[in-house]
Amino acid sequence: MAVTFVSFLISFALLNRVLNTGRISYWLGGWQPPWGIEYVLDYLNVFILLIVSFIAFIVSLYARRSVEKEIAEHKITTFYSVYMLFIAGLMGMTLTGDLFNLYVFIEISSLAAYTLIAVGRKRDALMASYNYLILGTIAATFILLGIGYLYMVTGTLNMADLRERLPALYESNVVLTAFAFFTVGLSLKLALFPLHTWLPNAYTHAPSVVSAIMAATSTKVGAYVLLRIMFTVFKVEFYLEVVPVTKILLVLSSVAIIAGSVLAITQTNIKRMLAYSSVGQIGYIVLGAALINQTAMTGSLIHILNHAIMKGALFLVVGAVVYKTDIEDISGLRGMGKKMPYSMAAFTIAALSMIGVPLTVGFVSKWYIAMGALNAGMWYFIPVILLSSLLTAVYFWRIIESIYFKDGETEPRTAENSEIHNPKSTIRNRDDAPLSMLIPTLILAGLCIFFGIFAFLPVSIAEKAAGLLLGGL
Amino acid sequence: MIELIIGKYNFWISITLMMIGFYAMIAKGNLIKKIIGMNIFQTAVFLFYTSIATVKDGTAPILWQKANLYANPLPHVLILTAIVVSVSVTAVALALIIRIYKAYGTIEEEQILEMANEIPNPKPVVSEAEPSQIPNTASQL
Repeated sequence: MAVTFVSFLISFALLNRVLNTGRISYWLGGWQPPWGIEYVLDYLNVFILLIVSFIAFIVSLYARRSVEKEIAEHKITTFYSVYMLFIAGLMGMTLTGDLFNLYVFIEISSLAAYTLIAVGRKRDALMASYNYLILGTIAATFILLGIGYLYMVTGTLNMADLRERLPALYESNVVLTAFAFFTVGLSLKLALFPLHTWLPNAYTHAPSVVSAIMAATSTKVGAYVLLRIMFTVFKVEFYLEVVPVTKILLVLSSVAIIAGSVLAITQTNIKRMLAYSSVGQIGYIVLGAALINQTAMTGSLIHILNHAIMKGALFLVVGAVVYKTDIEDISGLRGMGKKMPYSMAAFTIAALSMIGVPLTVGFVSKWYIAMGALNAGMWYFIPVILLSSLLTAVYFWRIIESIYFKDGETEPRTAENSEIHNPKSTIRNRDDAPLSMLIPTLILAGLCIFFGIFAFLPVSIAEKAAGLLLGGL
Repeated sequence: MIELIIGKYNFWISITLMMIGFYAMIAKGNLIKKIIGMNIFQTAVFLFYTSIATVKDGTAPILWQKANLYANPLPHVLILTAIVVSVSVTAVALALIIRIYKAYGTIEEEQILEMANEIPNPKPVVSEAEPSQIPNTASQL
């Protein structure tokens, strides 16, 4: 916990420094970049870094009680070590400026993730972890092969160097193949729609803490890496002139947005529902990126932050419910509004934010993405966003309804009685999560509103990062 | 045509191996066989890397006075790292399989899926425990 806090502070300091001085580059072992491994920090990855370290810190605050409950005692120490390893891998992925190093970090974080999922209580967690391992390895090997192709034609692994050398080779089949391998591999990692199959099982069966940290950070970092490869290693002209990959991504992400939401509606397990909703939200991130313009890209980046906060909060609340009651079914939430008022308030705020109600963060990013779609002259994506917001509202409303408006089954008939007696009974039955779990959840929920009102804070950074990605600035 | 096939035989070999591995990973029902497929798949990529490192008439990249040309050592080094990664993935996978075997008593994917459908976890216990709480709250009223 202390470590994650320190790393959060460090990344905050780094953010300040990047904002003041621009790009920082660190040469590992003192070797000069095109030969040695380089760590780069610019507006984009300092933003992601901040999200990862912040969520890691919040979740580790929360983790102590939840882990005690859900994981066997002799495994707890190991669990935290693997947790740190996972975070380290993700941070490495965000920081590195070297393709092969990127592959190594992807594998580090994935290996840690497989293990974290496998500690789930039920035996299904093992199968979920195994399937993720198989798919994750396919993805990583594809990425490795893509790196090999690029290295073969350019002789360099440094991202900045590749950016200089690649444009001359854009027509080459090797580069096209490399790009295809990258896209497929990374889409698997970030669970873009047709390749999302590992995600729902993994999130459902993993311990609650792990679901929260994975939903909030790992797919986000995957999305970041995709952006890096798409817009830093390759240039925007590649999509406009050579291959219309972004068109394909646009279609896939729209399908992801709709299908994720529809599938989420059909679920009865809360974690699984949130997992499918993640699939939809990842669609937004990719949609914003694939529209290739400043506004949409900004929206996409803010959505990375938003989704990390919102999904983090939602999964933390679910974790608290599981901690208190062992219930994972939506129907089991009945009357929870009275039993765990603070947790449920956090849930409601985060859910509203997912829907995209104004004054919450979800609204800001959806607004930017929709405006970006308009700017790109692709108005037909706006109905997609609207429809999906509607569907999101449907599946969250179902939960909110049972939290607040359905009491225990026998009560509603005696409405008058319950009105009189309720104040007492709420006090008697109130049984909210312990403070160490409640505070992180509330902080995240508070941030949903805070960034919704003071949207200019993340937007200013995201705009700079988007400009950087699209080759402006 | 012949040049395409014979001249680039290293690519053909690695691609063939890759596809064999990929097929095994996807189509085989036995979890261990999937892992074997995974290893073939990864090894194919390793071969691909090492084969692109060769320089015509180059010797092994060891400092030697008689040598003029050296093979490119960088891909070798990269693959050394990738092999380590692959070994650790295999280790994790095998450890998982052992635990799956202990939990399910089989490592055939189909049987495991059937089991998962038959006994949908200890869920019923949970949902039975929950109505019992509700009468409690009601009786307190």
